[in-house]
Amino acid sequence: MTMVTTEEEAQVRVADHASRTTSPSVTRRVRGLSDRAIAWAFIAPTILLLLAINIFPLIWTIYLSFTNYQANRPNRPITHVGTKWYQEILNSPDVWAAMQATAHFVFWTILLQTLIGFGLAYLIDRKFRGHAFWTTIILIPMMLSPAVVGNFWKFLYQPQIGLFNYIVSFFTGIPPSSFEMLGSVSLSPWSIIIVDTWMWTPYVMLICLAGLRSIPDYIYEAAEVDRASPWRQFWSITLPMALPFIMLAVLFRRIENFKMFDMVNLLTGGGPGSTTEVASITLKREAFEKWRTGYSSAFAIILFVAVFGLANIYVKALNRVKQR
Amino acid sequence: MSQVLTTAHSVVAPSPLSKRIAGTIVILYAVISMIPLAWILMTGFKTPPDSIAYPPKLVFDPSLEGYCNLITTRTRQTQDYIQSLGAPKTTCDEITRKRDMVIAGPSNYLPRFWNSLIIAFGSTFFAVSLGVLSAYAFSRFKIPLADDLLFFILSTRMMPPIAVAIPIYLMYRELGLSDTKLGMILLYTAVNVSLAVWLLKGFIDEIPKEYEEAAMIDGYTRLHAFFKVVLPQAATGIAATAIFCLIFAWNEYAFAVLLTSGEAQTAPPFIPTIIGEGGMDWPAVGAGTTLFLIPLLVFTVLLRKHLLRGITFGAVRK
Repeated sequence: MTMVTTEEEAQVRVADHASRTTSPSVTRRVRGLSDRAIAWAFIAPTILLLLAINIFPLIWTIYLSFTNYQANRPNRPITHVGTKWYQEILNSPDVWAAMQATAHFVFWTILLQTLIGFGLAYLIDRKFRGHAFWTTIILIPMMLSPAVVGNFWKFLYQPQIGLFNYIVSFFTGIPPSSFEMLGSVSLSPWSIIIVDTWMWTPYVMLICLAGLRSIPDYIYEAAEVDRASPWRQFWSITLPMALPFIMLAVLFRRIENFKMFDMVNLLTGGGPGSTTEVASITLKREAFEKWRTGYSSAFAIILFVAVFGLANIYVKALNRVKQR
Repeated sequence: MSQVLTTAHSVVAPSPLSKRIAGTIVILYAVISMIPLAWILMTGFKTPPDSIAYPPKLVFDPSLEGYCNLITTRTRQTQDYIQSLGAPKTTCDEITRKRDMVIAGPSNYLPRFWNSLIIAFGSTFFAVSLGVLSAYAFSRFKIPLADDLLFFILSTRMMPPIAVAIPIYLMYRELGLSDTKLGMILLYTAVNVSLAVWLLKGFIDEIPKEYEEAAMIDGYTRLHAFFKVVLPQAATGIAATAIFCLIFAWNEYAFAVLLTSGEAQTAPPFIPTIIGEGGMDWPAVGAGTTLFLIPLLVFTVLLRKHLLRGITFGAVRK
């Protein structure tokens, strides 16, 4: 104890001296709680909350995925079924159909959002008069609640009275009651792609714009001194230098759309049949309508692993952009 | 030299013509993308027959019927009964009686809206409080495995909500937290804290360390310096982070629809259930949607400078 006091005293003396000669790193450890104690006291509540609300349930899910537990029959004795559910999922044509629906949705939304979003960012980067105001307007859809958006697009998609059908028929002459965006097997996947593109193109646009603005002017100036054509400038400077940002947007949209639930649930509910039944909708049906808790836990774990992998790549991309 | 730099195609200094073309296309996109939103706002002010008219009505007599239907429940009555009631007391009374109905009581919309407010503000408060502490620790101290911890914190936000909802549903049932505001606040805090830590770490990283160090040389303890120096410096960042957390909690649907049904139900799962006589009451849906979206429009304008940071977890700062 005495040892410590003398050590502290010595430190104070050193610190006092140091403060005069501006070497603050030493003073830090002198008064009040130690830095290490503060660091852990500051981080612990967050970690504890995440352990309680995320990690503990995750472990429980892993356990349940090996049992035949049903949440609507809590008193039934639990039997262990081994990897039965995992085998069933990986061999189930329904699950593969859901995965295909998800892949179709993810592919087209990302393609459209990247093309339109990058195009818009490229145009906004011309800095025409009023570009800041119109950029803010364009950003509005991505701030809205996907559930509420899904619900009001359902209104726009109504076959006879909906504005969407009316506008389509106005420009093409197809009678507005002759097609159902939400009710037909061939159109319903596109109905969710249109809404998602409407909503999230601004997101991709905003990140692409940041990418374009991160390119220093002098590179273009140098290119023009060398008389590089605008085409050449686009392919050799603009695109490669904005690419990390485009990748970031694509990765994030991929994670988000892979787990898409709210908008689709309200627009089509997975129907007609199972044409728009993306993975999260299948999971909801299994877990909260059929109450196959064990089976859906196994399905949830498979989705976790997939998202975890994607998140890992995403964080690497984040760090790459951060270094710029 | 200067000739070369001001060619018609220059990226650095675009020609007036290319600016005008770019502006036209962007404005056209902005206007088209606003049509769905404008339509639902307009629908809120239509009467039910106008809302389902064909061809869709662009010009109509504005009516408050949608808003009245949104906040009340009504019952159909005979003419004699309605006449026996005397003069209508409110605008909504008057509108309802024209449809041979009387107001039976308030609807669930305002309580659901209120739930949304409490849960959004409650969870934001906790998420930002926890987030700012962790962010400070990650920003200033050497923490073993800091990168892994930060990744762990972020990855919890990436999880599909339905997958997380299965065990949460069971856990909340055991703990008696199902359909309670406390349960939803805890859950949204856990989802938002990851965003808060990442965003706030970026903001705190930008505050020079020298400020606290100067304060500590002047006799402040580390805790004092944190509260008196760092927090005020980070005020803008904290406000921006809080708005992002509010938006998430305000918009959240998947957990809300699975874990709440009455007492703690928020507005997003409620709005799609607004049904009138013979199908959806679109004007009431339009009215409910409008009221629900107004805070978000305000937030968008407030946040426009920090939006990029928020959606990239603080990585892109413009």
